[in-house]
Amino acid sequence: MISRRDFLQVSMAASALVGASGFGNWARLAAQQSLSQDQLLEFDTYGNISLIHVTDIHGQLKPIYFREPSVNIGVGANKGHVPHITGADFRKAYGIADGSPSAYALTHDDFSALAQAYGRVGGLDRVATIINAIRADRPDALLFDGGDTWHGSYTCHHTAGQDMVNVMNALKPDAMTFHWEFTLGSERVQEIVESLPFAALGQNIFDAEWDEPAELFKPYKFFERGGAKVAVIGQAFPYMPIANPGWMFPEYSFGIRDENMQAMVDEVRAAGADLVVVLSHNGFDVDKKMAGKVRGIDVILSGHTHDALPEPVLVGKTHIIASGSNGKFVSRVDLDVRDGQLMGLRHKLIPVFSDVIAPDPAVAQLIEAERAPFKDQLAEVIGQTDTLLYRRGNFNGTWDDLICDSLLSEREADIAMSPGVRWGPSLVPGDDITREDIWNVTSMSYGAAYRSEMTGEFIKVILEDVADNIFNPDPYYQQGGDMVRIGGMGYRIDISKPQGERISEMTLLRTGELIDPSKSYVVSGWASVNEGTEGPMIWDVVEDHIRKLGTVSLAPNTSVQVAGV
Amino acid sequence: MEFSRRETLALGLGAAMVTVLPFRVNAKAEDRIAEFTGGAEMADADITLNAPEIAENGNTVPISVEAPGATAIMLLATGNPEPGVATFKFGPAAAQQAASTRIRLAGTQDVVAVAKLADGSFAKTSATIKVTIGGCGG
Repeated sequence: MISRRDFLQVSMAASALVGASGFGNWARLAAQQSLSQDQLLEFDTYGNISLIHVTDIHGQLKPIYFREPSVNIGVGANKGHVPHITGADFRKAYGIADGSPSAYALTHDDFSALAQAYGRVGGLDRVATIINAIRADRPDALLFDGGDTWHGSYTCHHTAGQDMVNVMNALKPDAMTFHWEFTLGSERVQEIVESLPFAALGQNIFDAEWDEPAELFKPYKFFERGGAKVAVIGQAFPYMPIANPGWMFPEYSFGIRDENMQAMVDEVRAAGADLVVVLSHNGFDVDKKMAGKVRGIDVILSGHTHDALPEPVLVGKTHIIASGSNGKFVSRVDLDVRDGQLMGLRHKLIPVFSDVIAPDPAVAQLIEAERAPFKDQLAEVIGQTDTLLYRRGNFNGTWDDLICDSLLSEREADIAMSPGVRWGPSLVPGDDITREDIWNVTSMSYGAAYRSEMTGEFIKVILEDVADNIFNPDPYYQQGGDMVRIGGMGYRIDISKPQGERISEMTLLRTGELIDPSKSYVVSGWASVNEGTEGPMIWDVVEDHIRKLGTVSLAPNTSVQVAGV
Repeated sequence: MEFSRRETLALGLGAAMVTVLPFRVNAKAEDRIAEFTGGAEMADADITLNAPEIAENGNTVPISVEAPGATAIMLLATGNPEPGVATFKFGPAAAQQAASTRIRLAGTQDVVAVAKLADGSFAKTSATIKVTIGGCGG
């Protein structure tokens, strides 16, 4: 019989014990249908250091629904390993009962029904309550923000990130690293970073001209906690100028730079670090590979790929912690560090059930103040949905089906393309669709919806290129997004093939004809990384389309045939 | 509305990247290596090549190479129409046998470095550098 105390907790001993078989029993008690704040926060304070990790919040100040993916395929050595298992396989691996709070928080099945039972998740006022509770146990707990914070909502867009900066500052982080922040443009990034009351870290943020560390960002910072020296090294998203518009931040160069990471680890160890933590926006598989190559990292707080894992993944002596996205989870990691080494670790992935965790009044007030100037615009109801609207999944999601339909219809295109980003909350059937909801899945600083002619051959080149950014067996060649979403065209993908051979049977759905490589098609898409892209903003295109529909009702998307899994 | 192809490519394509499919080592590169080594065996040790996994800009990719004790290091971009990049020669007074430069890559390909070591033997290493039209990071 396991005690209530063990709910959602994993000690180092337990991790070691289940290491061979793979997983523990994270959620035995989560099968209980009752939840309380005390239960969610319960943690037997351990060791002498506490770390708190939030990441990939994407501008979400308020509670939201967020459906985890049903399709998340691993390739190469990561095939079949977390986070590349979903649904029933995921629940089985962690001992999670069907229909339990943990099943709702971590898997996709029965999402709409469970959403009715368990409600929304996240909200930075709830996150504040959790952080305060951890600080009550351990006043000098360290709070780290893994980045993708100053992006992703109506208010974030209209304040150029200031709403998130103000609210996050109230939570008092100790350090942060970056990704979408740079899409605010380098001037704005510099302005905010210079104002931050905490460390802005990135050992891989370089000056593009001189190929040397950028002055604005420090590679690491030391903290004295529990009689130990803690070094925290930042790792920004490595492929920013490739996955996002490099022309918005031409002064900077990134890359994985694991040889420099090793140099930084060696440097902090030589300077007396007892514990080395990497605050990373690499994505989970890249972090796993890096943990196997760079020696001397104790803990990687992993972000970017939005995976939420209830137990640390151990690579050699490095513990990798994945804390989800959109404010849905907070990770607490307690560490016993003695005699210059990590003796033990206790971890808990805390799901932020917004109806269970009380909002912190001060932060709630601050959030309302940030939203007040935009209240009417945010709340305007554009339509309703009969369909669960979600984004996550390797090949498609209903939000992107709706966005592609909007592009096909409003921009009179043959084929639509929507980027395979992983942010964007969900809506459940029966929900109103407000302007805020549309901006939550579309807002960005390069949202123009272009309309262009492309040959069939070129469309294939794009699909092959993006597919290799996801399914290249070497994680260092992956960018951490999902496949570009396609409207108006079906295709077959064999993920086991090399680049150039994965995509076949491209079919124009309207006519049922195969795509002709030499023929030109009208393609409409958004989020082009090219400077000077023209067209209406995608959120306006989607809003116009939903207004015309009134109620959104989507048929299941069966246009992508996946092979080689 | 009319847009030029360059402005509207869906996911961004560097102007110089005509194709994104991987290039294989070509015969010209093999010839250059044979010329440099005289056909000698090459060890995969004592030489380090630092290059990005994915190029941020295929027109100017920073790479560096180091081979302690080398008298010369040859760099080849095996997928370029003309694979020769540079051959660095180190005199006896050189404090370290390292060099860095920026190269232009026609597409995804292997960059190869071959060092001639002081004892007359050769060492070789390579790195795959991907040139991509970019995608959509999470």
